[in-house]
Amino acid sequence: MTVGFTVPAFDLTDTDGAAHRLADRAGEPATVVVFTCNHCPYALAWHDRIAAVARDYAERGVEVLCINSNDASRYPADSPEAMRARVETERWPMPYLHDPTQEVARGYDARTTPDVFVLDGELRLRYRGAPDADHDQPALQAAWLRAALDAVLANEDPDPAETTPVGCSIKWKAG
Amino acid sequence: MEANPSICLLWWEGCPSTEAALADLRAALEERGIDPNVVELREIATDDQADRERFVGSPTIRVAGHDLFPPGDADPVGLSCRIYHRADGRVSPTPDPVLLRVELDRRLK
Repeated sequence: MTVGFTVPAFDLTDTDGAAHRLADRAGEPATVVVFTCNHCPYALAWHDRIAAVARDYAERGVEVLCINSNDASRYPADSPEAMRARVETERWPMPYLHDPTQEVARGYDARTTPDVFVLDGELRLRYRGAPDADHDQPALQAAWLRAALDAVLANEDPDPAETTPVGCSIKWKAG
Repeated sequence: MEANPSICLLWWEGCPSTEAALADLRAALEERGIDPNVVELREIATDDQADRERFVGSPTIRVAGHDLFPPGDADPVGLSCRIYHRADGRVSPTPDPVLLRVELDRRLK
């Protein structure tokens, strides 16, 4: 995935069975796609910060779409049932989508959980990387993600536009 | 303390926490007068290896064969990053440095 280029479309189902088509976000101020999962300590450590971004930017027309692409047959903690349970018990402010074929993760060249992609209204990639500089510092409050959103919402270029995603590898299916 | 305790750090390449965990462990050993180079690094690369070693995630630290942070019976064995908790309850991919030292002292008595 190259910053500035249009990202691949997807049509995935969330934990309530509702469909989410990325194409429906065209024309909206900004969209955040986060590859994440249930069993990775990095994803868990950053989760509250990402959820806070979803809450804080909702009024500005930003939607955060979380996607779990891990192979649930080898990692049962990432099963659709476990995803649903987490959304309900933790009262997520954002949809949690299941990518059962892993085609979306492959299309985005997602590497880790978490791996964050910020898109503009034309569904072009404007930022890709980590939420902030340190999973172990909640006080950073997903600063890189927030800065990228602030830039996109102001019609400016995020700086940095790319950082290195940090986390657990995506759990690809065998073969 | 035992002169040459068997200290092993089991790791898996899919998890980026090995370097930080090893640095924490070696620093704690050095503080206790133990050669930090005694740490044996053992890579877990396959599901079969994970099963054989009862590997519940990377990093796992064992002293004389005992996990410094014994997993629960329900913790799944497999190639993954291990979930630890800081003393304040936050999730972390590496052991809390304070708790690491407490457990090392307990195991190395």
